[in-house]
Amino acid sequence: MNSNALADRFSQLDRNSITNFLLDYGIVIAVLVFYFLLAFSTEAFFTIRNQLNILTQAHQIGLIAIAGTVVIIAGGFDLSTAAIFAMSGVVAGLVARDWADVTFIGSAAPYLGWVIGIIVGTLLGLLNGVLVTFLRINTFVATLASGLVFRGLALLITQAQTVRVSDRAFATLGRSNILGIHNTIYIWLGLALILTFILMRTQFGRFVFASGDNPEAARLSGINVNLVRTITFGISGFTAALAGVISASKFLRAQSDSGQGLELISIAAVVVGGTSIMGGEGAIWRTFLGVMLLRLIENGFNLVQVENYYRSIFQGLIILFAVALDALRHRRS
Amino acid sequence: MAETPIIEVRNVSRQFVAVQALVDIDLSINQGEIHALVGENGAGKSTLGKIISGIERPDSGTLHVRGAARNFTHPIDALRDGITTITQEIALMNKQTIIDNVLLGRETHRYGILNRAEMRAEFDRLVHSSGFDLNPDAVVGNLHLADKKKVEVLRAIARDSELIIMDEPTAMLADDETEIFLEIVRDLNQRGHTIIYISHFLEEVLDLAHTVTIMRNGRIVRTAPTAEETTNSLVEAMLGQTLSEMYPPRVLPATDAPYALEVRNLQSNVFDGIDLNVRSGEIVGLAGLVGSGRSRLVRTIFGAEEVQGGEIHVNGMPIHIQDTADAIRAGIFMLPESRKEQGLSLKQEIRSNLTLPHLRSIHWKVGILNYQEETRRIRSLLSDLNVQPPLPQLQVNRLSGGNQQRVLFGKWLFERPIIFLVDEPTRGVDIGAKQAVYRLISELAAEGVAILLVSSEMDEILGLSHRVYVMRLGRIVAEFGDHLPQPISRKGIMTAAFGTLQETTAHE
Repeated sequence: MNSNALADRFSQLDRNSITNFLLDYGIVIAVLVFYFLLAFSTEAFFTIRNQLNILTQAHQIGLIAIAGTVVIIAGGFDLSTAAIFAMSGVVAGLVARDWADVTFIGSAAPYLGWVIGIIVGTLLGLLNGVLVTFLRINTFVATLASGLVFRGLALLITQAQTVRVSDRAFATLGRSNILGIHNTIYIWLGLALILTFILMRTQFGRFVFASGDNPEAARLSGINVNLVRTITFGISGFTAALAGVISASKFLRAQSDSGQGLELISIAAVVVGGTSIMGGEGAIWRTFLGVMLLRLIENGFNLVQVENYYRSIFQGLIILFAVALDALRHRRS
Repeated sequence: MAETPIIEVRNVSRQFVAVQALVDIDLSINQGEIHALVGENGAGKSTLGKIISGIERPDSGTLHVRGAARNFTHPIDALRDGITTITQEIALMNKQTIIDNVLLGRETHRYGILNRAEMRAEFDRLVHSSGFDLNPDAVVGNLHLADKKKVEVLRAIARDSELIIMDEPTAMLADDETEIFLEIVRDLNQRGHTIIYISHFLEEVLDLAHTVTIMRNGRIVRTAPTAEETTNSLVEAMLGQTLSEMYPPRVLPATDAPYALEVRNLQSNVFDGIDLNVRSGEIVGLAGLVGSGRSRLVRTIFGAEEVQGGEIHVNGMPIHIQDTADAIRAGIFMLPESRKEQGLSLKQEIRSNLTLPHLRSIHWKVGILNYQEETRRIRSLLSDLNVQPPLPQLQVNRLSGGNQQRVLFGKWLFERPIIFLVDEPTRGVDIGAKQAVYRLISELAAEGVAILLVSSEMDEILGLSHRVYVMRLGRIVAEFGDHLPQPISRKGIMTAAFGTLQETTAHE
């Protein structure tokens, strides 16, 4: 090889590594760009109050998206989260309202409401896992259908009526602050850290990545892939339920039709962050940034008061762009 | 020969990202010959075939077809010059009929509407001239592999191909299908088609081709009439060394070494009544044709496939294996045959691949990993195995094939197995990596690991095994070894693997 050819190869290598860097860390740049754009263009943006607002408002998408990341890394896809959100909120509300007069329970009813709501949502998530793994139903179809069933059940048990809770103790989960910072921020960022730790530093985390990357190789390594995937759906059910119960708590009411569209926007956040929908790769911090990007866009559009439909178009385009990048990354490797 | 060669390759080089695939290749293919290309994986034979058929472009050098310089940029260009390729995988539309496949791209039509009658006539002409007996309306997906190959050949003829490049055409065929296919190739050749025949099967090549070109590391070693070559001369030219240097010396275990693995009357839906045993420190080869049940047997011992009866003992203790986790816990590890599909999680780091089956041994309470301990043990393993580069955090798909194979071995050596089931340990690795694998296997045996080796490469079985079982049609039909009535021999193993003619027909 002559020196020219060598130089050629090196410059190609440089170009490749720059492109790879952009493909891998584009989301960081995008969030920073939007952040400073908003910071410099509107005065209202760069206040602590607005910053905390953004984080608080992000908790619903955030909670569902961080667990969705785990599901997607393990090779699954959960389209039923919005329905679990509604179902769990409704169950929590019903328990808090209707058990308030039951002997021995009485004043514990609001707290039991939270717990039972979350347990029900987790169980529904595990049920999704069983449908997808042991019954081998396609993950999109299974969770699309189960979502319809869950929402239907929520409608059935509430008779399509709003469930109103009068005991204000029920509201403490969704409304109170610690050190002036909203509970929900602690909850969703705390869970994000816990899931990060699980993915990076535990046996189960390794199993999740291996199951999504190459399920056959994982099985031949002694891993029960079906069980691992089922648990990821359980985690997804858990966070969706938590978000639903928080919402019911915050407004002291729950409705069977709440949370519509949450499942899609949170999956969008996962994808925008750069977690591959092919499974086997991804990270919680990516999803955090994906959530922030979508929220910043929303926040920015609110601050500059642009019509809502532009926002939807813009978010849609960002998602398409993210998926195209993912496809490009896979063609390159 | 005075006649202009149909293909002349001059000074052709081709470089891929990390490897020089072809270096200054000069080659002439004469009109009317069957010209075989042989060489190890990565020797460059397929790349050369692809350059002639316009799939790849050379970085430098020229290609002449019937004396005229050509610069193919697309397979279509080669097709116009009467050059077609038939590859290992079948490239047919499975849901369409034979006639639609054969005449693909050559349909007769008027204003875009197909003229079926004329197509039928064209098909009949082709069938007549080729002597094939194929029903034009049969759906391709329902055909046997050999018939699918016929369809591909017929399509090549339909495209007026004077030169047909066949790249490992028999790799997926059973033996009887291979026989039929080779007859077809001879017949095509007699009808005037020139054939470039790329194959791993040296006996097939010697039997079929007029001329053979041997390649090694992107260069041509020599081109010679097949009459002057033997399988041994071909292998030695391909490897660049004599066969005996490839394998480490065999060190047999003590004759009273205990049995690490005993399998009694193992049953499944693909094999029946399997009895076998392996002593610690012994390398036992499991030979047999593709489809004889070798891989299924080791997969079943490993718990990856359902067992329907029988017993497995490890170090004299009966164990119950329901899934792979049970086998791993009992000290039975398996190196699967396909690195990419069954072996490695390619998008993960070397680290997580190496320790995936052994995480129990490096975690603290509640499944939290001891990262420092893991890193320490990985580093020493990577240096033992000579993985390049030895970086635990590197994604596995960034490694070369040989290094990936080393990582795959490392995955099953992070903890020491009692019994190591090794299925096709050198598939898809180059010659240097092969030697390293052989050394590793014999070192493991010397340390007392019981090894059950499945390989389609007879030389590997002969070069490594202390004892050999031969499987045919789901049963163990013969056993060879130094202290047994039948010593290990190529001929003995082959005869047992194929069975006598009578038995074979009786089973069909």
